[in-house]
Amino acid sequence: MDASDNIGMVSAQRATFDIPLVSRSGAVLPRYELVYETYGTLNADRSNAILVCHALSGNHHIAGYYADEPKNVGWWDNMIGPGKPVDTDRFFVIGINNLGGCHGSTGPSSINPETGKPYGSGFPLITVEDWIESQARLADLLGIEQFAAVLGGSLGGMQAMQWSLSYPERVRNALVIAAAPHLTAENIAFNDVARNAILTDPDFHGGDFYQHNVVPTRGLRLARMLGHITYLSDDAMADKFGRTLRAGKLGFTYDIEFEIESYLRYQGDKFAANFDANTYLLMTKALDYFDPAREYGGNLDKAFAAARANFLVLSFTTDWRFAPERSRAIVQALLHNRRNVSYAELSSAHGHDSFLMQDKHYHEVMRAYLERVAGEFK
Amino acid sequence: MSAHDPIELAAARPDFAAIAAWIPKGASVLDLGCGDGSLLRFLRDTREVRGYGVEISDANIVACIRNGVNVIQGDLDSGLSGFETQAFDYVILSQTLQAIRHTEALVKEILRVGRAGIVSFPNFGYWRNRLKIIRGNMPVSRELPYQWYDTPNVHLCTLHDFEEFCAKQKVQILNRHVMTGGSEVQVLTNLLGSTAVYRFQRGP
Repeated sequence: MDASDNIGMVSAQRATFDIPLVSRSGAVLPRYELVYETYGTLNADRSNAILVCHALSGNHHIAGYYADEPKNVGWWDNMIGPGKPVDTDRFFVIGINNLGGCHGSTGPSSINPETGKPYGSGFPLITVEDWIESQARLADLLGIEQFAAVLGGSLGGMQAMQWSLSYPERVRNALVIAAAPHLTAENIAFNDVARNAILTDPDFHGGDFYQHNVVPTRGLRLARMLGHITYLSDDAMADKFGRTLRAGKLGFTYDIEFEIESYLRYQGDKFAANFDANTYLLMTKALDYFDPAREYGGNLDKAFAAARANFLVLSFTTDWRFAPERSRAIVQALLHNRRNVSYAELSSAHGHDSFLMQDKHYHEVMRAYLERVAGEFK
Repeated sequence: MSAHDPIELAAARPDFAAIAAWIPKGASVLDLGCGDGSLLRFLRDTREVRGYGVEISDANIVACIRNGVNVIQGDLDSGLSGFETQAFDYVILSQTLQAIRHTEALVKEILRVGRAGIVSFPNFGYWRNRLKIIRGNMPVSRELPYQWYDTPNVHLCTLHDFEEFCAKQKVQILNRHVMTGGSEVQVLTNLLGSTAVYRFQRGP
């Protein structure tokens, strides 16, 4: 890591909201907390704020590192920091751990004040719309009436889109990266297999495993392994692992033999040790439910009629989970509504994960667009 | 003065000025093969157009974004299916016609998406080009800057060729502006003009 362009030491903050949040499902959260981090300085007229929304397994720690954990660098540190495309010398950048998450914001593993026990199965299903509602309250708290930009990749891109629909006047620019207007049947199928791995783990206990002092590690691990396959591309896997055998020869056992097996299991174990199974279920369901065109009879043009933001839409050529044609559908709906929109289809070998990678052209596009955004409030 | 000063740009790119002269204030414009977005920016600054560019090159996408114009990355040879019928007042093809593979299909698409079309292209019938060929070489010039082995141009044509093409395709030419080095050419245009700009619509 190059320390010179890193934002440096950061710390998380916490906000408590006592106004009940009525979720789309009808369930009510009487009180909730959000953890968040901010980088840079909010300018005098509060016009330089950027909200970065996280994807399935992300959180509020997007840049910098913690004093007591110097190796815990934010998940999008290559994009966000001084002099980086999301330039913290110019923008006031906010990262939030979404409601239902497991990194400090109120979620299924939090203690329910009414019962004194973790919410577990009692935590409501949270949708993308609900997230926007909860994030808007944090924006109110920070005194931000309108964001210079809301941006994110994958599920984060869906939140950027939803922001532009839920609060058209509060978003000047929406940067929608490696996203889709809704999941395809194939995508939902992958999510369902992942959920089934968790739901059928004997240690899951219907979501209330906390009381049993166990964790559905096997299910979570399988879910992550499956997910991970879909975030990479065939070529990227071939390049990185090929058919390489760890022992250099066939072992005629069911132990780990191929490098790819070793990699996936490592990723699965790492994830299962740090992530909450209920949060994983909740996040995949939020993905499945996201479909702004649904209430307009499937007409995405009508869904985007409310949007007022300027858009940058980006896709990656080898992303088969959220393929370029999915992004082009978003662009078309914006064109039909005469919104300002630019679209780039970025060459990358890394599949869906490309949005997290450091790529010269990708970062140039982001930088060029955000320089324009910075020009709007100068 | 900046490279984007409209007056300077009009002097440097007389085809821009010719195109702008035909476009009413506030029109909606689609610029196919928009390059670095200079024309769209020029039209926005001088004619207050609302518009989008379509461009294939990565470097030009970044340049367009820097220029503050909307750009959609895509390949013109795969059509304009993302754009609605009659969505734009003008569809512009500036110095790109000669690099298009499926010319007939694209001209049809231009007149589906736009109420009128504008194309500009280098005139292959310009006397200097003819002279180069008589001398035995493919022309290389300001308008045709590429070597034969390293050119995106696959469909070079003369003014006569283009006008015959339009007649055959039932495309009605509304205006023509022929230039050499920034000055308008009125006589022997196919011989004396190095660049042409046409405005056209669907024929009756």
